[in-house]
Amino acid sequence: MTHPFLALTDSDREEMLRTIGVSSVDELFRDLPAGVRFDRALDLEPALSEQELSAHLAELAARNFDTTRELSFLGAGIYDHYVPAVVDTVLQRGEFLTAYTPYQPEMSQGVLQSIFEYQTAICELTGMDVSNASGYDGETVTADACYVAKHATGKTKVVITEATNPQVRQVVKTYAPGFGLEVVEVPHHGGTTDPDEVRSAAEGAAAVIFQQPNFFGCLEPAPDLAAAANDAEALSVAHVDPLSLGVLEAPGRYGCAIALGEGQAAGNLMSYGGPHYGFLAARTEFIRRMPGRIVGETVDTEGKRGYVLTLQTREQHIRREKATSNITTNQTLLALGGLVYLTWLGPQGLREVGEVCLGLAELAKQRLQERGFELVFDRPTFKEFAIRVGRNAREVVRDARALGVHPGYALGRDYAGMDDVLLVAVTEKRTPAEIDRLAEVLAEVAA
Amino acid sequence: MKLIYERSQPGRRASSIPRPEGLPKAEVPEELRRAEPPRLPEVPEFELVRHFTELSTRNFGVDTGFYPLGSCTMKYNPRINERLVGLPGFAFLHPLQEEEGAQGALELEWRLQEILTEVTGLDAVSLQPAAGSQGEITGLMLVRAYFAERGELEQRRKVVVPDTAHGTNPASVTMTGFELTPVKTDARGNIDVEDLRGKVDEHTAALMLTNPSTLGLFDENIEEIEKIFHGAGALMYYDGANLNAVCGISRPGDMGFDIVHINLHKTFSQPHGGGGPGGGPIAVRKMLEPFLPVPAVIHKKDGTFGLDYDRPKTIGKVRGFTGPFGVFVRSYAYMRMYGPGLREMSETAVLNANYVLARLKGTYDLLFDRLCMHEFVLSARNLKRDHDATALDVAKRLMDYGFHPPTIYFPLIVPEALMIEPTETETKETLDAFCDAMLAIAREAAEDVSILKEAPHDRPVRRLDEVRAAKNPVVKYAFDDATVPAKT
Repeated sequence: MTHPFLALTDSDREEMLRTIGVSSVDELFRDLPAGVRFDRALDLEPALSEQELSAHLAELAARNFDTTRELSFLGAGIYDHYVPAVVDTVLQRGEFLTAYTPYQPEMSQGVLQSIFEYQTAICELTGMDVSNASGYDGETVTADACYVAKHATGKTKVVITEATNPQVRQVVKTYAPGFGLEVVEVPHHGGTTDPDEVRSAAEGAAAVIFQQPNFFGCLEPAPDLAAAANDAEALSVAHVDPLSLGVLEAPGRYGCAIALGEGQAAGNLMSYGGPHYGFLAARTEFIRRMPGRIVGETVDTEGKRGYVLTLQTREQHIRREKATSNITTNQTLLALGGLVYLTWLGPQGLREVGEVCLGLAELAKQRLQERGFELVFDRPTFKEFAIRVGRNAREVVRDARALGVHPGYALGRDYAGMDDVLLVAVTEKRTPAEIDRLAEVLAEVAA
Repeated sequence: MKLIYERSQPGRRASSIPRPEGLPKAEVPEELRRAEPPRLPEVPEFELVRHFTELSTRNFGVDTGFYPLGSCTMKYNPRINERLVGLPGFAFLHPLQEEEGAQGALELEWRLQEILTEVTGLDAVSLQPAAGSQGEITGLMLVRAYFAERGELEQRRKVVVPDTAHGTNPASVTMTGFELTPVKTDARGNIDVEDLRGKVDEHTAALMLTNPSTLGLFDENIEEIEKIFHGAGALMYYDGANLNAVCGISRPGDMGFDIVHINLHKTFSQPHGGGGPGGGPIAVRKMLEPFLPVPAVIHKKDGTFGLDYDRPKTIGKVRGFTGPFGVFVRSYAYMRMYGPGLREMSETAVLNANYVLARLKGTYDLLFDRLCMHEFVLSARNLKRDHDATALDVAKRLMDYGFHPPTIYFPLIVPEALMIEPTETETKETLDAFCDAMLAIAREAAEDVSILKEAPHDRPVRRLDEVRAAKNPVVKYAFDDATVPAKT
C-alpha cells in the first residue's frame, strides 16, 4: 500500500529504475560502505493513520493545563495576550506557510514585501532606522547584538543588568566564550538599575544591555541608562516589550544604538515556548553589521518597484567564516504574524492594549494590597509586578493551582533572597472579576 | 502593488480592545511616556485580509507547485499537523507552567527525543536549538566543553570543514572561537583523504561534515575519515541537512559521528514558513550528554516527565525554554505517521532524485558522474560556453514553466551550479514535467537565448536590480518623506 505522503506506483518505480539503469532501489545505495549500512528496521512504533494520530495528540494535549482551562497570571517573558483571527487566516495561506527563504525574488514578492513591511513596523515601534527580518527569539537576538557590538567596538566585555530576564542573560553567557566576550552583571537596587553604576561598569565595554520594563516589571530609568552607556562609548542595547511601545517611549528616541526583544507578545500564541520571533533593530550606522536577512526595495528591468534580500555580503552563504552571523532559517512566519497583529492593532489599538494592561495591573496591585500583600518594589510598572506572599512562592503556586488559579512566577527560581516573591503578569485578556479571584485565592493559600 | 502603509488612512482600524470600567490610573513618569505614536498601518479588517491575500498570491510555496530547491528539502507539509499544533492544550500552554501542568507537552518532547536517538543512532538529544545553524553552534559549544574538561581546549583550535559545506559551517566555527581548516574534494566528490591526512593532528578539535554532501553524494571513504579523526582524538560533527536521504538506511552514529543536528523543517516536514521557523535538535554520544543545554527533558522513575536543570557541566542555554515546541508537535506527528516506514520515505527521495538526474545528465554537465542520493548538482557551464546561458537564466526561465528554480551557484566548487532536490512527495508526472521543462530550456538556449535572458515573463515582477538595492539600501517605507514615488 502506498503511504499517503508518497505517490509512486509499482509501474512508476519499475520505469524509473529502468531509466536510471539499475535493477532495484537497493542498488541506488551501492556507494554506501557495507560497514555503515543500517541492517535492521528502525525500532519505532508502527505508523498511525491520521485519525489515530489525532486521537493520540488530543490525549497528550488534554494533559496540559493551558490558559483556556486555568486562570493564569504567569508571564516572566512570555505573555497570554489576545491573538486575533486574522493572524491565523494569513499564516495558514499555503503560499506563505510552505515557501522558503526568498532566494528567487520573482517567485517570492509576497514574502519579501511582507518582510519589508515588518521591518518598517519594527523601526516605527522602536524608533530605529533598520530592522532585520527576525531572529529566533528574544534571547538569541540579544546574543546576536553582543557579536555586533564586539565587532563594532573591538572591545571584549559586555555589561548586562541583573534585572534583565534571566534566560536572556543565560543565553548571552552561553555564547560569550565563543565570541571571546566577558560578561559583567550590574545589580538592581529596589527593582531598578542605578545609571551611575552602569556608567562605571560600562568603561571599556562593547555594549550595555538593559530591559525595559525589566524582568520585575519595573520601569527602568531607561534614558539615563542609555546615556550612561553612550558616555562610555559602549553600544546601548534596550531589550523591550513590543506591546509596551504604544505607552512607553521608543528606545531610538532616547539614544539607544540597538533595540531588540521577544516578539511573542505581539501576535504569537505562547505554544509552550515557541516558535516565536525575536526582533532586532539598530541605527543606520550598524546596517552592514546586522545579523540575518534584510529585505530592500529596488526596481525591476521595467522600472517597477520590487523587493529583494539585500546586503547579503554580511551573510554566511557569501562571507562564510567572516559572516556577521551564521543564521539562515529565521522566524519569518512568526514575524509575519507579528506584522498582521500590529496592522490589526494600528497605533490606536497598540496604545489601548498598553493602557488596559497598565490599568488592570494597577487594579491587581490594589486588590492584592487590600488583602494585605506587600509590593516588593516601590516603582512604576507596566503589566507585571512582584509581591511578597509570606512563604515559599513555589508552594504558593502549587496550592493556588489546586484552586484553579496560576498566580504567577516564583522569582526565587532565579534570584537569591526572593523565595517568598511572586511575579504577577496581567494582560488585557484578564478581567476585573478574574483579578478579584486571584486576590481571593492568594489570600487563602498564602495565609 | 501598494504597501500596507499606502492603504492606510488616519482614523481607520481593525482592532477592538476590551475597555473594562473603572480601572485605576497607573502612574508612568512623563519622561518614559511615548511622545509620538508609531506610524503603524490604519486599515479596516477587510482591507487587511485583502492586502495579505494579494501578497500571498505573489508568492510560491510547496502548496503552489514543485519546489526542487536543493538542500532545503521542500516536501509536502501535511495539514493535520496545523490542526494539531492549534489544540488549546498546546497553543495556549505557557512554557513556565509547572511540570505537573505540562505532562502532555513534556511527554511529547521526550517521545520525540527517543525517536531522534533511534534515527541518528546516538544516545541523548537536546531539542533546544532553534534551527540547523543554531544546532551547529550548540554542537561546537559541546566540543569546546568536552575539550575544556580534558584540558585540551587551548591545544585543539582547528575545525575541519570541506569546501562543499554550507556557509553556516565556517560561520559557526568562527562564532564559537575555533579556527577554520578547509579541506578539498576529490575527483569522485568525496573528501580528499590525502589532503585531509596532512591537516588532522593533535590541534584538531573536530570535523564538520554533511553526508551525503551538498553534492548529493555519499562519502565512500567515511570509515577511513572516522579513523583519521578519532585516531587524532578529535570529534566528528554531522550536519543533518541531508538526513532525508538516509533515514533507516544509514545512521550518523553508526558512521562514527559524535554530534548530529537534525533539521526538523527539512526531513521532518515543519513548514518552512517563507524562511522559518525551523528546529535544530542535536543528538550526541553518551560522553557528551553532561554538556547538553538545560533544561533536559526527562522521564522520571515514577513514570512522570520533568525538566532537569541540575546539570553541573552544561554549556548553558542557547534559546529560551525547551525549544520551539510547535515545531516539535508537527515533526512528531509526521514521524508517527511513518513509523519504521521512514526508510521508504528516504528511499523514495533517492529514487526520485536519481530519476530526474538520469533524464537530465545528457543535456546538462555533471561533474561527478555517480548515482546520487536525495539531490544532485548539475552544471550549466556547457550552456554558458555554447549559448551564453547561465544557471541564473535557466532558473529564471523555469519560472515561466511554473516551477520554483533549484538552488543555484552552490556548492561553490561547481561552476554554474544547479542543485536539484525533488523530495519524495511528488508524482512521477510532476517529475517528468519538470524534466521536460529543463530539456526544453536547453533547446531554447540553443535556438534563441533571449527567451532565457528576458525571463521570467509572467511573474509579478521581472528581474530585479539587486546591485541597486545593496548600493543604496532602502529597508523601510519612507512615509511622507519627499521621495519620487516608484511605479506600482
